[in-house]
Amino acid sequence: MDNKMDLDKRQNEGIENIPMQQRRDFLKMGLAITGIFAGGSLLSVASTFNRAHASDFAKKYPYKPHYSMVMRQDRCIDCERCMEACVKTNHVPNVHGAYRTTILEKDTPDAIGGKREFIPVLCNQCNLPQCVRVCPTKATYKDKTTGIVMMKISNCIGCLTCQEGCPYNARYFNEEKKAVDKCNFCFDTRLVHGEKLTACAFACPAEVRIFGDLSNQEDQVFKLVHQIEKQVWVLRPEAGTRPNVFYTKG
Amino acid sequence: MAQQFTLNELVSGVVNRLKSAGMGYYLMVFISGLLVLAATGAGLHAMITGHENFYNVTREMPWGILIAAYVFFVVTSTGLCLVSSIGHVFGIQDFMPIAKRSVFLSIATILSGFFVIAFEIKLPWRMAIYNVISPNLTSNIWWMGTLYGIYLMFMFMEYVFLNMNKHNPAVVCGFSGSVAGILAHSNLGAVFGLLMGREFWHGPYMPIYFIASAMMTGCAVIIMFHILGYKVNKEKMGPDMERSLEVTTKVGILLICVILFFTTWKMISGIAGEPGGKYEPVMALISGKYAFSFWVFEILAAMVAPLILFMLSRGKNMKLMLLASISMIIGIFVMRFNLVMVGQSVPVYLELGVNEYKHLMDYVPSLYEMIITAGGFGMTALLFLLGEKIFDGHKVEADHH
Repeated sequence: MDNKMDLDKRQNEGIENIPMQQRRDFLKMGLAITGIFAGGSLLSVASTFNRAHASDFAKKYPYKPHYSMVMRQDRCIDCERCMEACVKTNHVPNVHGAYRTTILEKDTPDAIGGKREFIPVLCNQCNLPQCVRVCPTKATYKDKTTGIVMMKISNCIGCLTCQEGCPYNARYFNEEKKAVDKCNFCFDTRLVHGEKLTACAFACPAEVRIFGDLSNQEDQVFKLVHQIEKQVWVLRPEAGTRPNVFYTKG
Repeated sequence: MAQQFTLNELVSGVVNRLKSAGMGYYLMVFISGLLVLAATGAGLHAMITGHENFYNVTREMPWGILIAAYVFFVVTSTGLCLVSSIGHVFGIQDFMPIAKRSVFLSIATILSGFFVIAFEIKLPWRMAIYNVISPNLTSNIWWMGTLYGIYLMFMFMEYVFLNMNKHNPAVVCGFSGSVAGILAHSNLGAVFGLLMGREFWHGPYMPIYFIASAMMTGCAVIIMFHILGYKVNKEKMGPDMERSLEVTTKVGILLICVILFFTTWKMISGIAGEPGGKYEPVMALISGKYAFSFWVFEILAAMVAPLILFMLSRGKNMKLMLLASISMIIGIFVMRFNLVMVGQSVPVYLELGVNEYKHLMDYVPSLYEMIITAGGFGMTALLFLLGEKIFDGHKVEADHH
């Protein structure tokens, strides 16, 4: 009671009496809060974006070119041309469970309008790849130039720990190669030969898969990832692997 | 001083002991030898013609019963090493008599583990090369494999020194082996526990649980093989050995309680707040497709029944103790199977809600996988039986005097 009366009696001390430092702190807090709300959708899904300052750019995208892919998910019609092109280009064996990329289906029966979505998936070429950490013999590694997670076939012992570690089910054991196989953005089959696109991106008739260099601000991939009009997300952000495959719509 | 024998005397002693064995012994040696041969045949066949034709593992569940069996054998080996080290490394007199047989069995069980994993890994010969020339120091598998190699070496040396009655080097090797064993085994826990995308396993729980669970398994195996060892040799246990098994039973009771406590909180943490990726597998254990094996094998056979039997036995009734330890070992094997399978059964895209991965996945071992697993048990049995005769019941009188 006494406290309440005390408060009632007190006079407004006016903002002119607040020290400059306190004002600054308050402003900063306000900006931080609004920032969190404005960028919340982005922050909550894309782990690569946290602490997005221009000065951090090189740290965020440390590879040159920093290969990345953006999926314009709602454009996918499940024609599977990407999968066919991948199998053909990368000699993926025709056995159950052998694929480098696939398309997942999601039904939402209660949705208004379209009720089915297709979600193309492939190796996310993570910046903190679990597969690379767990491999006992460095058979899988992060390429220092491109950031692509690659395989050194001769080192693979077939323990399959990388398959356990991958949060994206992006790996399988290739009995023909006698090693674990995975998407490498067609590095050895197309990119080194001067092609600009992966086989899947090239084959896609709906331009779902946009492939490019995230370290180049003029690249379409960069522009899609860095816009705020449309939501951009990654799969399984909680796994903390900082994936380089992004998803958006439109 | 230990008695000195010539080589001829040693050989004739072994031959005489083998000749004196009964038909039951020969039959068991034959069966376990046959299991090892069958497993070797099946494993080599799968390795040469392609594992995918003979194993039921999939892209989504790449680790099958052979990994579970490997975990079981190395858990057992580490447990044997740790529990037996209480006596001959840390000097607790009551545990001394179990030292030799336990160290021998820790070597036998880890060799069984290596035998099984050699057929699970697709290209084991590459492991021998690239583990050495291309090591990845962030990989728990690398540390586990390397440390288990060092562990095996120390355990082997320790057994040699124990047989030579060289106590001091045996203690040094025993201590080093225990340290290597703890590090190796906790790294095996970390192989599972440090996988970020696998919620059922993820966290510091696994390395800690693995060590406690190893000691629990060690107690069961020590009790079982010591009682069986005396049956094989048709000898009567002396009071020192009886006392040793009594205290091992007490440690076993304590460790069962520890693991029951761990399991209880693991389950509660999987239910409270329904954490994604963890709730589904925990519920599968409690009331879903793994409920039978969880309640009947993991809880009843591995822990509750042996706990009651051990307490009723008061560490003296060998029949109850043997029954309890056999029940425990069967239950613990299923426990390892559940640990490996349930963790993998959660599809990585479960939370995404896609049609392909709406439910937990299934795995049933193939015939080849079961034969190789049986071969692992066969190898432990074979080495145990041969060890009893070759090393004359692992007698430890020299340690006492």
